[in-house]
Parts: sequence; C-alpha cells; structure tokens
Amino acid sequence: MILAQETPPLFDWDWVARNWDQIIDRTWEHVTLTVVSVAIGMVLSLGLSIIALRWRRAYAPITWVTGLLYTIPSLALFALLVPIVGLNATNAVIALTSYTLLILIRNTVAGIDGVPASVVEAADGMGYTRRARFWKMEVPLALPAIVAGVRIATVTTVGLVTVTAVLGLGGYGFFILRGLNTFFWTQIIVGVSLSVALATVFDLSFVWAQRWLTPWARGVG
Amino acid sequence: MAWDSIQEFLNDPATWSGPGSIWNRLGEHLWVSVAAVVLAAVLVLPLALWLGHIRKGSDIATAVVNIGRAVPSFGILAISFLILVQMGAGVGEPWAVLVALVALAAPPMFTNTVAGIQSVEPATIEAARGMGLTETQVLKGVEIPLAMPLVLEGVRIGLVQVIATATLGALVAWGGLGRFIVDGFAQQDVGQLVVGAVLVGLLAIVAELAMSQLGRAVAPKGVTNPR
Repeated sequence: MILAQETPPLFDWDWVARNWDQIIDRTWEHVTLTVVSVAIGMVLSLGLSIIALRWRRAYAPITWVTGLLYTIPSLALFALLVPIVGLNATNAVIALTSYTLLILIRNTVAGIDGVPASVVEAADGMGYTRRARFWKMEVPLALPAIVAGVRIATVTTVGLVTVTAVLGLGGYGFFILRGLNTFFWTQIIVGVSLSVALATVFDLSFVWAQRWLTPWARGVG
Repeated sequence: MAWDSIQEFLNDPATWSGPGSIWNRLGEHLWVSVAAVVLAAVLVLPLALWLGHIRKGSDIATAVVNIGRAVPSFGILAISFLILVQMGAGVGEPWAVLVALVALAAPPMFTNTVAGIQSVEPATIEAARGMGLTETQVLKGVEIPLAMPLVLEGVRIGLVQVIATATLGALVAWGGLGRFIVDGFAQQDVGQLVVGAVLVGLLAIVAELAMSQLGRAVAPKGVTNPR
C-alpha cells in the first residue's frame, strides 16, 4: 500500500527502546513534582482543616478561596506566577499544591465530622485531651475519607503535571509537547499512556496504604 | 518590568483589532466551549436521564469518573489532535479541540444527571405514579425538575473544565485565549502572558459563578437542600 509508505508508523517501538534513559528521567521529574506538590498540599490542608474544625466560621472562606484557586485553569495559574516566582519548579509546585487544597480540606473536614459523637464522648470520658482525641481517635477514624481525598488529589496532580512541560520542567508532558510540535505520534502516545499508568500506580498504592493503616477495617464490610 | 511589558501589550493596536485581537480570541474560546458543552449534553443527557429513571447506571457513572480522572486533559487533547490529523483534518482547525472538549464535558454531565435522577425519593415517584402520571410524565414533571440542580452542577463542572482545557488548545496549533499564554511563553513576553492568564482566569471564574447562580435559580420552590 502506498499510503503505508508515506505515513509514518503510528507507534515506533524502536524509539521507546532508544530513549529508555530519557523515559526514566521524565518519570523521575513527573513523580518528584507530583509527590512534592501533594505532600505540601497535605500539610497545608491539614492545618487549614484544623482551623476550619476549630473555628467553624473559617470553613466557608477557606473553601471559597481554595475553590477560586481550583477554578483558575492550570496554564493561566502557571503564567500568572511567572512575574512573581519565574519559570521554575517553584512556580509549578505552588500552582499544583493550590489545586490539591480544596479536595483535601473538604474530605478531611467531612471525615472528621463523620466520626460518631459517641466515639468523641467515649474519648472524652476516658480523659483524652482535645489534642489526643484528635490524633488518636478522630484522624484514624476519618482516614478512609482523608485517603479518598488524597487519591483524587494525587491522580488529578499527575494529570496536571503534564502541563508543566510548557514551563520547561520535563515530566511526561515533555513527550506530549514535543510529539505535537514534530508530529511524532509515538511520543504523544508514550507521554499520555505513561501519565495514565503513573496515576493508576499512585491510586493503587494508596488503596494498599489505607488497608495497612486501618487494620481494624480489614475484613469488615 | 512586568508592568511595563503589560502596558506595552495593552497599547499595541494588534491587541484590540485583527485576527489575533483579544476580542477574536475570546470569541473563539467562547464558541468552542459552549458548542462542546451543548454537543456533550445532546450526546449524553438522554441516556443519563433514561438510566437514572430505570435506576441503573451508577456503576457505569463511577467507572466513567475514575477513568476520566486518570487521563490528563492535555493528553485527551493531544490524542484527539493526533486522530483528527490522521483522519485528514487541517492543523489549526478547531475540530480536534472541539472533540476533546466534548469528551471532557460529557463525563461530569452524565454522572451528575444519573445521580440527580436517582436522588429523587422513591416515595415521591410512587406518589406521582399513584396520581396516574405516565412514566414520561414522571420523568418530565417530577424527576427532571427535582434533579435539575445536580444536572446543572454537572454542566457547571463540565463548562469550567472545558474553558480550562480550551486554553491548552493553543498547544495543538489552535487559537483561543490560551494563544496569548502560549505565545507569551514562547516569546518570553511577560505582558502578553499575564494579560492572557488574567483573561482566562476571569472567564473561568465568571462561568463558574454564573452557573452556580443558575443552579440555585432552577431549584424547585420548596426544595431547600437538593442533595
């Protein structure tokens, strides 16, 4: 067929074999950006959730501001940060972290609110301080909801990291972007598939982590 | 520095008239976003309404959400571009962007519609049937109005997602407001970059607020908590 000679192959396995080192590098960049952003997001959101739980009036403004941040498209947020922090990993981490906050805070607050009042009373009756009750009773019991939030935030972040390639930060988006500019489909397919695969790996590891962290829930339900 | 660059960009006549003007880019961005949401609604709402009415499809809805989340929107856009160019579409045409945006708008609309219809109390539906309403009348007169806030919530999520991803359209050789950001990055023109980003951010926020207002306005009287 003449057409087959003219059009390049849709997927070039040789390219994958030749560029194995690069794929490893891009994976490392993608994983680092994701982990750093979600980790900072978790610390910030835990602090903000504690504030929201302690002072209920703060909850509405916190979700309003984080909701506003969540609405701003990623490319625009990266761009807005350029005059402030420049074109670097800090820019990407600030933007990516800000996208995790809404999901994480909502789930944490809902999870802690979902702890039965009887459990809280039992803890108080056993002489737990407010702090001990929070860390030893409420947080563990809210873990399923908190982990659910972390899963959504992480999977979303893996997807958003592909866009950081426009900042020149690498990651799988680098392959997608270069594939688009050179009409080399293999790179696009590699970039998108690896991103989906990475999101799945993260998601499954959280499922396992949750089983390990909540031994009391195993075999129940 | 940044401020001077912004002023320079805003004082450039090409910013305000011609094919690369803010108005033209805004127009491109808006029509593709609205068209994508309307097309997605036409494609998925009938199926979602029916599945919700027969109380099935929540498993499909969950699966759709989970898969949809793992595939990056930039990836959907790139794959859509790849497929359409392979099929013979011209580079720079909006079709690849439109197809990708329909694919992104559909899942939240589908899921929320199925969930919205299923959230209607069975007792309410029984009462409607007991009054002699046909199944179509139950769907049109009872289930859809009560599900409307959740359906519109799905449309809101879809629209905001679509406006955000249309920005990435500039990365697949299309226009839209993202053009300013992508060109700003490429030409290291901070003014163009920042103005483009502010416009995109404002558009997304305005769409979000407008849809939330609409969602509140369509809630049937007497229904205070649609969830």
